[in-house]
Amino acid sequence: MSLEIDIAHDYGGFALQAQFACAPGLTALFGRSGAGKTTLVNAIAGLLTPQRARISINGRVLADTGNGINVPPHQRRIGYVFQDARLFPHLTVRNNLLYGRFFARRDDDIDFGHIVDLLGIAQLLQRRPATLSGGEKQRVAIGRALLSRPELLLMDEPLASLDGARKDEILPYLERLRDELRLPIVYVSHAIPEVTRLADTVVLLSDGRVQAVGSVEDLTARLDLFPLTGRYEAGAVLNATLVRHDEAWGLSVLQTRAGDVMVPRLERALGTALRIRIRARDVTLALTPPTGTSALNILPGTVAELQPSSEGAPQVEVRLDCHGDTVLARVTRLSADRLDLQPGKPVYAMIKTVALDGGSLGGRGR
Amino acid sequence: MLSLTPEETTAILLSLKVASVATLGSLPFGVLIAWLLARKTFPGKALLDALVHLPLIIPPVVTGYLLLLLFGKRGPLGSWLAEIGIVFAFRWTGAALACAVMGFPLLVRAIRLSMEAVDPRLEAAGRTLGAHPALVFLTVTLPLSLPGILAGVVLSFARAFGEFGATVTFVSNIPGETQTLPTAIYTFTQVPGGDAQALRLTLISIAIAAVAILLSELLARRSARRVLG
Repeated sequence: MSLEIDIAHDYGGFALQAQFACAPGLTALFGRSGAGKTTLVNAIAGLLTPQRARISINGRVLADTGNGINVPPHQRRIGYVFQDARLFPHLTVRNNLLYGRFFARRDDDIDFGHIVDLLGIAQLLQRRPATLSGGEKQRVAIGRALLSRPELLLMDEPLASLDGARKDEILPYLERLRDELRLPIVYVSHAIPEVTRLADTVVLLSDGRVQAVGSVEDLTARLDLFPLTGRYEAGAVLNATLVRHDEAWGLSVLQTRAGDVMVPRLERALGTALRIRIRARDVTLALTPPTGTSALNILPGTVAELQPSSEGAPQVEVRLDCHGDTVLARVTRLSADRLDLQPGKPVYAMIKTVALDGGSLGGRGR
Repeated sequence: MLSLTPEETTAILLSLKVASVATLGSLPFGVLIAWLLARKTFPGKALLDALVHLPLIIPPVVTGYLLLLLFGKRGPLGSWLAEIGIVFAFRWTGAALACAVMGFPLLVRAIRLSMEAVDPRLEAAGRTLGAHPALVFLTVTLPLSLPGILAGVVLSFARAFGEFGATVTFVSNIPGETQTLPTAIYTFTQVPGGDAQALRLTLISIAIAAVAILLSELLARRSARRVLG
């Protein structure tokens, strides 16, 4: 599948100008509130007509203002999961799910039971939306969009209105969705943990412009994008494979190119491909192999790049090359000076196992 | 006391017929106008809004007289409609038309308010699920406005059932053809010894109104439960 987008739209003093193409898999539209993300997905869905647009999916043109083409939303075959679920309050869950399927009018029958099982909503079918929890509503909304047989699924911050526990309840379903259905997904988010866990490709949006497009690993490793990805959560993402469980101590061991990383026990099968995000602020640097430390993970590497967090800030961001993997560390300027950190210098990165919690780990998919 | 004369029975049945036809006949137009006012912007919207509300403000006699001028045998619309066999003047159909016009503002107001309360984002969701806007209207907007539609129907019916001024001006007070409950009561109060009959019809009209209100409350509660879950 290929989704190609070229949009320009001015509204209320804000100019959105975005041009990018989506690869198969899950593409995250990442950016802060007000970056233009929702405007962009509304334009893709056809709920908003931009001043200038060319949008095509698999060669099928949905909008081309130059040639007067503007396919109405109900003919675009684009599923949309809204932040606020938007279930029809007068219909049962079952009828909400069947609503889109009724209008899809396709020969191939979609397996209602399969979608219901995939999302774990079988026991909700007779209920009305008003009686559902936020997480349940969102799962039903996802099912309703899927059953309308879309060629593309848009998800506009589907987890933003949920608390932490509900987020954790839904994330595994989203991973299954991405991995089991061959359906391209455009996922809007301003939360790095979600993006790390779900995205194959990231489109970084800021002030209505596309700042960068690339894989999660590439984008999170770039120091110049730190101001956009959010300094507090900033950190490099490594690809890892689950190789061992340590039952006695309740730990799991992940293999990365940088070395083995111990994390709190994961309920996943051995061999599972995972992503692990190591926040820069959780990394400590040492010049010699540390002994007598509680940190279980010690990764050797060399300094590749140093950059002050901002002009005159007391911290510096340090990019390390650990056997081809990137690890980012945030240390004080004072420490950097005492250790005499400079590109090419061998160092050891120490990471506490307990810093690598559920929010840092996710299935990698394909 | 409770045995009705044929004349009284006729008036009651005629009133029910006139009010029912007036309400059901104006309902599709009411829904259309309410939707236009609730969801669309177009030139002359304020004018349409004012026109719909006019019968609520001007004296009923004036409305009846205007109807007579327009739909009378020699009126511009009346003479044209007479050619295709539709006659309003001095017929029960004319009474129904007068009642429909008088009840229309109440019908439109109630439906419009409930349509405005329907979240347009739900309609947008319907469109992304592949439903044509007309089908979104039928499957989302209309069912969610049902409490307002029911309220409008009841108000309009009640207004039609009690309509006097416009009816008597437009189609007069002909027993068996245009003599509805209110005009019959009025007639009985004008003849010596008609007090008992007037009182009897008054009690009956109160009873019918009470049943209508109870029924509408019941329906409104059920539909609200359905809509709000």
